[in-house]
Amino acid sequence: MSEQPLFKVTIDNITVEVPAGTTILNAARKIGGDVAPPAMCYYSKLEGSGGKCRTCLVEVSKGSEKDPRPMPKLVASCRTTVMDGMEVKNITSDRVIDARNGVVEFLLINHPLDCPVCDQAGECHLQDLSYEHGKAGTRYEFQRRTFKKHDLGDKIQLHMTRCILCYRCVFTADQLTGKREHGILDRGDHAEIATYIEKNLDNEFIGNVIDVCPVGALTDKTFRFKNRVWFLKPVDAHRDCKTCSGKVTLWNRGDEVYRVTARKDQWGEVEDWICNTCRFDKKQTSDWVIEGPRLIDRHSVIAQGHYAGTVGTHKPTETFEAVHAGRQPKLLMDIHSISEVNQPNITLSQLDRPAHSTDFNHNKD
Amino acid sequence: MGVKLLLEKANVPGIRFFETYRKEGGYHAVEKALKQMDPAAIVEEVKKSGLRGRGGAGFPAGMKWSFIAKPEGVPRHLVCNADESEPGTFKDRYLMEFLPHLLIEGLIISSFALGSNDTYIYIRGEYAWIVDILEQAIDEAKANGFLGKNILGTGFDCNIYVQRGAGAYICGEETALIESLEGKRGNPRIKPPFPAIEGLWKRPTVVNNVETLAAVVPIINMGGDEYAKIGVGRSTGTKLISACGNINKPGVYEIDMTISVEEFIYSDEYCGGIANGKRLKACIPGGSSVPILPANLLLKTAKGETRLMNYESLSDGGFATGSMMGSGGFIVLDEDQCIVKNTYTLARFYRHESCGQCSPCREGTGWMEKILKNIDTGKGKMSDIDLLWDIQRKIEGNTICPLGDAAAWPVAAAIRHFRDEFEWHVKHPEEAQKRNYGLAHYADPIHVPA
Repeated sequence: MSEQPLFKVTIDNITVEVPAGTTILNAARKIGGDVAPPAMCYYSKLEGSGGKCRTCLVEVSKGSEKDPRPMPKLVASCRTTVMDGMEVKNITSDRVIDARNGVVEFLLINHPLDCPVCDQAGECHLQDLSYEHGKAGTRYEFQRRTFKKHDLGDKIQLHMTRCILCYRCVFTADQLTGKREHGILDRGDHAEIATYIEKNLDNEFIGNVIDVCPVGALTDKTFRFKNRVWFLKPVDAHRDCKTCSGKVTLWNRGDEVYRVTARKDQWGEVEDWICNTCRFDKKQTSDWVIEGPRLIDRHSVIAQGHYAGTVGTHKPTETFEAVHAGRQPKLLMDIHSISEVNQPNITLSQLDRPAHSTDFNHNKD
Repeated sequence: MGVKLLLEKANVPGIRFFETYRKEGGYHAVEKALKQMDPAAIVEEVKKSGLRGRGGAGFPAGMKWSFIAKPEGVPRHLVCNADESEPGTFKDRYLMEFLPHLLIEGLIISSFALGSNDTYIYIRGEYAWIVDILEQAIDEAKANGFLGKNILGTGFDCNIYVQRGAGAYICGEETALIESLEGKRGNPRIKPPFPAIEGLWKRPTVVNNVETLAAVVPIINMGGDEYAKIGVGRSTGTKLISACGNINKPGVYEIDMTISVEEFIYSDEYCGGIANGKRLKACIPGGSSVPILPANLLLKTAKGETRLMNYESLSDGGFATGSMMGSGGFIVLDEDQCIVKNTYTLARFYRHESCGQCSPCREGTGWMEKILKNIDTGKGKMSDIDLLWDIQRKIEGNTICPLGDAAAWPVAAAIRHFRDEFEWHVKHPEEAQKRNYGLAHYADPIHVPA
């Protein structure tokens, strides 16, 4: 295999080298942190996904080294490949932030916002996104669209009212199970995910649609209303499974296994697809070999009160350079020039007594 | 009388049938192209003609043809976009209904130029009777050796298939059309890759409008240079305009693009003036998706120049004071028309036709429709107008395909030019149900700062 050329791409003033054919989103994920645009519909493991939700829009301020013209429109970073010398603005562009706020508002106008009773709450991508970009109030004054709940088989429930039509489950059903009986009916804002004439989905891998769903539209019926995810302790476990990798995350409370999901990486994407038997039927601790606590991002509500990742039990072992992944720490502003706290004009060694708070008082004269 | 290239023979009795069409000089262009020219020369001729795509965007057709990828051993396709669904546009229907052989002739030449052996006409589902007309024309052409295997002994094979759509506006977008033609749900694809590289069944494909392909016939007959002499600037050749609304003579007119908008509306040769002796209030000059213009900006540009019926002049002033040529659906509104109701009607259309794939268009079009309905029925608030503006701004440019823009522009232009009418609707909800706002100042000449 010939050496793939590396392209230099600069995203939010941070330069990274990626192989040709990489998308802007994946290049930004390589940098990590806030630079990575949010993605509601893109899923790196699903071919053809992405481009639909428009939350990952970025501004290309320089097309490439050869053709430095900027792109006139914002582009979907998940479907646009990088060019050598490309310069991209994500969080440093006001246009992007404005457009993203708009998209979040659009996604939310027909979303029921029933987070208090939704099983996805706590691990919902739309929740995270609206926390970051949404407004406190809505400008939408009309009735929200609603749908009836549907059962896709006896283990999965589809609640279209919450759906944001990311098409991830359609791609999953299409690519993992190979049968086209799960798709979209109708169009526009009354489009809905549906199965072929109310057919049950009975494929052994169909349970993965629950994991790929960014919102609470597809939920595990064996777990519905059993518990909130932040009360559960996620642990990595495996078992010898003939159909799938058997590598899962168990969500425990005490010794009881409340639910089984695939392991998700830092972008919320499944690492290995798991089969329905592992997911729905193996709910005994004795079924599994426990590996240890699952590391959950400390920003997540699920990490609250958990022993993994908290100070004391988990010592950070990465070096400073590794944490920053090549980024230079940016000092947002030099506080010394404007701070009133430190009083740089007062030299403590010149005082003939211990310093007193009155020494720092501005208005003492 | 202006120059007529496409509709010259449209009124000859029996022109729909092969014999009459042939007698009137039809299929000479095919003979000329296939026997005397090679594909590259045809593309060159179309390039020279300066022919711009007649579907709405106005992209130079020759340029589009030259982009098509030519990998070894992979078939290429030409697709004729006859999914004419834009409100106010009906020029392709006229062309296909009365001159089917002109389209077939254009398709054969274009297929030869692009190397397409299987060419498709994707026709709007509602045009059911035209399917029969086209299929009859294809059969006649086949029977006379202009289609099928070894056309005119040149060794070039070409078949034309007619595929009916199922009544979706979105399938007029070229990648959605390709999806639909492949038998899938008509969702626009994310570009790139463009159809010229990866189109129908992942093969290089060119999608052109009916009128564009028909215009290839006169270009071959008279030569690209001669064709380019008609018209003005980069608007070469002739354009079909489907005029409708409050005018005396609605219909399809062929214009060379040198006449003024005023002449087009008021001369007896074309629209014949506003119906019932009313006065002109506004006009949507290029099909429902282009910005609406009030009378004062329609007849004269912001600089005070006479506005002409061509690509450049109609878009003079950008979206602030101009519009677009679009697909040529010329909708005229007289003093009795309500802009709010008109905008609501258009918003309802776009909401209904949004495919629902990407969020800004799916959610935004519905939201705009609901707000406009409120304003129209007297339940609007003053803040709704700014909200509408904000919504359209967030849809425009942020969607996968141009339907989002097409939904946003009419709303934007209506608020931009007719804001006082919207405000009047909000302030006087009861009166607005009983009478129209009327002409206001829209017919006055605009003030041009020195």
